[in-house]
Amino acid sequence: MTATVPGHALGTPLARVEGPDKVTGAARYAVEYPVENAAHAWVVRSPVARGRLTDVEIDPTLDGVLAVLWHGNAPELAETADPELHVLQSDSISYRGQVVALVVAETLEAARHAAQSVVLDIEAAPHDVVLRADHPDLYTPDKVNPGFPAGTAQGDAESALSEAEVTVDVTYTTPALHNNPMEPHATIAVWDGDEDLTLYDSNQGPHSVAPDVASALGLDPARVRIVAEHVGGGFGSKGSARPNAVLAAIAAKVTGRPVKLALPRQALFTMVGYRTPTIQRVRLGATKDGTLTAITHDAVSQSSRLFEFAEQTAVVTRHMYAAAHRRTGHRLVRLDMPTPRWMRAPGEAPGMVALECAMDELAYALGIDPIELRARNEPDAEPESGEPFTSRHYLRCLREGAERFGWAGRDPRPARRRDGEWWTGTGVAGATYPAMAQASTAAATALPDGRVEVRIAATDIGTGARTVLTQIAADALGLPVESVVVRIGDTRLPKASVAGGSSGTASWGWAIDGACRRLRERGMSGEVVFDSTELVKARGNDGRHAFGAHFAAVRVSAVTGEVRVDRLFGIYAAGRILNPRTARSQFIGGMTMGMGMALHEEGVLDPYTGDWVNHDLADYHIPVHADVRDIDAAWIDEHDDHLNPMGSKGIGEIGIVGSPAAILNAIWHATGVRIRDLPARMDRILPHLP
Amino acid sequence: MREFTYHEAADVAGAVATLTADPDAAFIAGGTNLVDLMKLGVATPGALVDVARLPLHDVTALPDGSLRVGATVRNSDLAAHPEVRRRYPVLSQALLEGASGQLRNMATTGGNLLQRTRCRYFQDTGKACNKRAPGTGCPAREGDHRNLAILGASEACVATHPSDMAVALAALGARVRVHGIDGEREIPADELHRLPGDRPDQDTVLRRGDLITAVDLPPLEMRSTYRKARDRASYAFATGAVAAAIRITDDTVEDVRLAWGAVAHRPWRAHLAEEALRGGPATREAFLAAADAELAAAEPLRDNAYKIQLIRNLTAAVLGSLTEGQR
Repeated sequence: MTATVPGHALGTPLARVEGPDKVTGAARYAVEYPVENAAHAWVVRSPVARGRLTDVEIDPTLDGVLAVLWHGNAPELAETADPELHVLQSDSISYRGQVVALVVAETLEAARHAAQSVVLDIEAAPHDVVLRADHPDLYTPDKVNPGFPAGTAQGDAESALSEAEVTVDVTYTTPALHNNPMEPHATIAVWDGDEDLTLYDSNQGPHSVAPDVASALGLDPARVRIVAEHVGGGFGSKGSARPNAVLAAIAAKVTGRPVKLALPRQALFTMVGYRTPTIQRVRLGATKDGTLTAITHDAVSQSSRLFEFAEQTAVVTRHMYAAAHRRTGHRLVRLDMPTPRWMRAPGEAPGMVALECAMDELAYALGIDPIELRARNEPDAEPESGEPFTSRHYLRCLREGAERFGWAGRDPRPARRRDGEWWTGTGVAGATYPAMAQASTAAATALPDGRVEVRIAATDIGTGARTVLTQIAADALGLPVESVVVRIGDTRLPKASVAGGSSGTASWGWAIDGACRRLRERGMSGEVVFDSTELVKARGNDGRHAFGAHFAAVRVSAVTGEVRVDRLFGIYAAGRILNPRTARSQFIGGMTMGMGMALHEEGVLDPYTGDWVNHDLADYHIPVHADVRDIDAAWIDEHDDHLNPMGSKGIGEIGIVGSPAAILNAIWHATGVRIRDLPARMDRILPHLP
Repeated sequence: MREFTYHEAADVAGAVATLTADPDAAFIAGGTNLVDLMKLGVATPGALVDVARLPLHDVTALPDGSLRVGATVRNSDLAAHPEVRRRYPVLSQALLEGASGQLRNMATTGGNLLQRTRCRYFQDTGKACNKRAPGTGCPAREGDHRNLAILGASEACVATHPSDMAVALAALGARVRVHGIDGEREIPADELHRLPGDRPDQDTVLRRGDLITAVDLPPLEMRSTYRKARDRASYAFATGAVAAAIRITDDTVEDVRLAWGAVAHRPWRAHLAEEALRGGPATREAFLAAADAELAAAEPLRDNAYKIQLIRNLTAAVLGSLTEGQR
């Protein structure tokens, strides 16, 4: 940790305060906590997508097996709001890869071996697993996540489109994408009597997990303790209790032993959520001078039989561009597939692929520079709600980004530039993400040695949250960061919101700022507890968004169709940047994930088995170091007093919003091949190269 | 993963005798593929005989000008070996295009040849696969096969061999030295692996207990290179690969070697293409025509026809780059 001037920690590139603990192995992840006499569990998952499980048989001579739990013998659970937590309660199989049994054994190896040798008696039934735009069971949900109307309409989009001088009518598809944090979903469950349960659990919000687990087990939520001190990534998939938490708890209950359960990598593909595949049709109508007259964005996605999860794919179009006539809509089909969940920038990430690629297609059709086209359709307020933006520096990002990237003088024509066997090209796309805050409570206590301890049940899922919270506290207290101790990741600490929606720093920082300022006002003595609920409620979330622009330079081999991203640059207007070091890491992390979305990531569905067949990190490709060449992020100073005491907007997700479209637009500029089905694999590019 | 016994082999003959006698035993060297398959339940040996420390670590010059590579020479060491880099760049490059630095540090020459297909159905015991469980069927033909075979496949199996190194060895005309229960013998590298036919469970012509002890690289008086296409820049199996060596005089092809990877159940030595090229002009048109002659037998499935164009392009590009400096 570098010494800072008291009161001026924010804005400095403070290194991660827990960095030394992480690199020396002192930081403990969920299943690394030393517990006495622990048993080990391994999941058994369904080999069919639909059917009934009638019996589970296991070789009784297997060594070390303590229990084999399934619906025939598992403890009864209460139904909760999340049916995925109602584990081992029913003979009904809802998707391939659903947990149907749990083996508990003396060792990890014995548990795995027994789980592999379990015999499942299953009556399989025909399944329906393929998302398609003409699926007869498509319906419009009441709401899309997290509570938006499924459809909106203003003016008469159909007439405006039919009368438009230029139109674009395109369908983009994105595949299932799978959150794969380095630390899998994992839990150690330890009971103290029948009413007190401690879970060392890898999650994004201890106070979100505790009530869910308590509800399933019929416990008092106050007596379920969740510890998540260090979390090795989540990307949204650990935002609520996952089945591993409940499974570990019942296994510990049945065996009378602490139980460790870390999901194997393959199970992450089905048991903890994924980003739904989408089919999106975008239609744009414009005048010849590039004024949008109509926008429609209709998204189709899937959910499981168990749970309606409605991705808000087209919601982003409601905030981006002005057009008098507009319509957005969402339809959903329930399939014999796992339940989709939140994955980094749910809604915005897939939605901006279709919108920002369609804008690129329109720019070329009009013969207008893609940045200029966006400038001509910049709204004065949120286009649909009419709510004023508290700050929107989208055009500044596009213009300054263009300057830094070297956009000027770009020949807009595709397939004109060669570097040896490589076609080269550039692309741009916008970025946006809501700037949200949620209610949280923090406590600040003056310690006898002059330091201050700050406590809040926040989580640091690798973002640097603990470090930034230390800076926020230090400045509010007027102390150097060395005098602040931040404790997070435990339900024994004051209640905090989930690390999701890019809202962690804003939400937790708000509460910490309040607690620390009051402690300072009262002369740094005793303890202050500060609850931000009323302040957050009074301020609201409307009209608050971060914006940005992504620029990509790519090369595409004329021999193989392979794509290499030579440069990827993001520039953001995201309020005050509190820690440039961890912020840059968040931005380029999101951009790298965007690169994966554009070029690599896809759950490859085998329709005959209902399985994603590439369910490990050898086969489910994400960018490796060699794919990431010149990547950089920048930001402009943005002052917005309508956010939170720090003046910050969330930055965890915006990097994945629009960066895939920038790369796809660059591929088109390089080759003239418009990839509308992601990812942009060589087999989709090579046959169409000039 | 099944419980297994482990012991270290003391000598080649003993190791071969153990494996020949015990159908439940398997050799292990680097373990970079076998251990994964054991964890997945795809391989279930009851006994492992570790051959990694047998005295087969050397790269030595033979009197006939060949280079003998011991079976336990690590992939990273072989790639970096000065004689290999100087005389067989195709092999060094192929090795470096494979896997990751960590895996290459563990993987051995013999083990690399004997790795199993990465076909997604083979690697999942929850699915049918004629290679893993004979007679259960091949769901890949109808299911996911974007990176499976276009040449030499059968109704029973459309898997591809995953090794980059083996493709280079096929092009080089390397000889695989094998110690079996009846003593030593030699197998041409491009005959080591089988086509699937109706016995896709048998990857190679090796017999129970056979141990690869060395690979001999004959002298190569040609420029050579390896090029691999894949879905990301590193750490991915090939979607198509070409190992090539060529010598021209006055724009005429004197001699040529060509082998393809990621197109068949074994490294595909392109004999027809070689025949078409020898004695002919070293032009792009000739390279493409030669590739077409070999690819005439291709039988792509629904989603892997792109490999025909990919291999054709790669072949012309690789031969073009090798001949450019010889004009």
